[in-house]
Amino acid sequence: MSAIDAADAVTRAHHEEWARMVAHLARRFGDLDIAEEAAAEAFATAVERWPADGVPPNPGAWLATTANRKAIDRIRREGKRDDKHREARTVYDDDPSEPPGVIDDERLRLIFTCCHPALAMETRVALTLRMVGGLTVPEIARAFLVAEGAMGQRITRAKAKIKAARIPYRVPSAADLPARVSGVLAVLFLVFNEGYLATGPDTGPVRHDLTGEAIRLTRLLRALVPDDGEVAGLLALMLLTEARRTARVSASGELVALAEQDRGAWDAALIAEGHRLVRERLATGVAPGRYQILAAINAVHTSARDVRDTDWSQVLALYDQLARLDPSPIIALNRAIAVAELDGPEVALAIVDRLEDELAGYHPYHVTRADLLRRLGRGRQSRAAYDKAIDLAGNTAETAYLTRRRDQLG
Amino acid sequence: MQYLVSVIDDKTGSATPDELAAINAFNDRLEAEGHWVFAGGLADPGTATVIDNRGGRAMVTDGPFLESKEYLAGFWVIRAPDLDAALELAAEGSERCNRRVEVRPFLGG
Repeated sequence: MSAIDAADAVTRAHHEEWARMVAHLARRFGDLDIAEEAAAEAFATAVERWPADGVPPNPGAWLATTANRKAIDRIRREGKRDDKHREARTVYDDDPSEPPGVIDDERLRLIFTCCHPALAMETRVALTLRMVGGLTVPEIARAFLVAEGAMGQRITRAKAKIKAARIPYRVPSAADLPARVSGVLAVLFLVFNEGYLATGPDTGPVRHDLTGEAIRLTRLLRALVPDDGEVAGLLALMLLTEARRTARVSASGELVALAEQDRGAWDAALIAEGHRLVRERLATGVAPGRYQILAAINAVHTSARDVRDTDWSQVLALYDQLARLDPSPIIALNRAIAVAELDGPEVALAIVDRLEDELAGYHPYHVTRADLLRRLGRGRQSRAAYDKAIDLAGNTAETAYLTRRRDQLG
Repeated sequence: MQYLVSVIDDKTGSATPDELAAINAFNDRLEAEGHWVFAGGLADPGTATVIDNRGGRAMVTDGPFLESKEYLAGFWVIRAPDLDAALELAAEGSERCNRRVEVRPFLGG
């Protein structure tokens, strides 16, 4: 057994077992803090022991048993100091954990607790990445450009609130489930988007760690609630977006617009999986929600081998459907891009200009305007729109792309 | 587990007759379902008096300890198994008294 094999085994076990372990420990000991610490200590022990002793035949069971002992050790330690913990001591024993599979819904409880509406959005994101995703506090702090100490505090405060206010550790009732699932999807989509269009001058343009994590957690959620159409829709949307990741940034670090991407560089396997999910949802005949419609739009784009083959009337029909569901100015802006392809840039520009009041601070508004004005030969106005877009854009690759487009104007 | 449900107000004048009737009906439900601990409406913050006897010599000051546009107009203390149950009751309380409410757990509840 080489040290590299042992390290690989720890990494694999971390991906496969972390959420299950934290979820089970939280259920058993009724305390997220104990669960998190015990799971982390079990992995630290594995990092120490597996290279020397060899990887155990059932790494998951080894980790679960070790984490259980760590949790019991801590409760005993604190029990000696503090009589209040006596009641907690009555629940532990040395039994090995239940076989995996039976307790899958514990991970679901964990996800719903981390994404509880009584927690601030940024707290839900951080807590989900820590407890369900197993990212470390420094990793999460880096991902969101927050100081490590501040991120640690945010997570500590959230755990304290969950405990003190007794935020329940359970899957919501059937009546509350759709709203609560949609809250979880919002958290996962936010993680994905921050990865896909990372903000900040010092980060890479695409943060694969975040997009990958968001996809992994959405896959997990899909396995746990397979009949929820919006979960399938969000997964398909992420896969079809992620499939274009490598084609989206040029060798020189510049963003490549959808129309100019090398479609041969798209990930065919991810596209096939995304298309399959979209077809599955269509086959159910159930009215789609926003993630399913967005996924369908991306399915149309990724079905075209060449940008000229894009079925724009299909794209527009889907945006019309989306706008009925969500009449937000951002949807209207994206719809206008399809209108430009079908009815020309002049018609689209009239739609876009009506959105100014609401979208003046949103950089894609200026990007879209700049492009439409350029196509209409209105160079001076286009240049001004590019200037505004560059001012507002936070992504390094996008700024580089916009700057070049502006400088190409005659 | 007990929670304090504070009623936040920014208006002058107390509850309207309609609001009062709705609050009473809600209180009856809290009692019937075993959630009731205590509740009360408070007089205008201008009627408050602050007293500080930390140094052994009581200092009396007229008015509330915090001057603000929003103030505590009343409260419920409710018993609920967890925050979800408390939030559900508080949502109904907010609707009945037609004001925002804050839900806060008691220490060691």
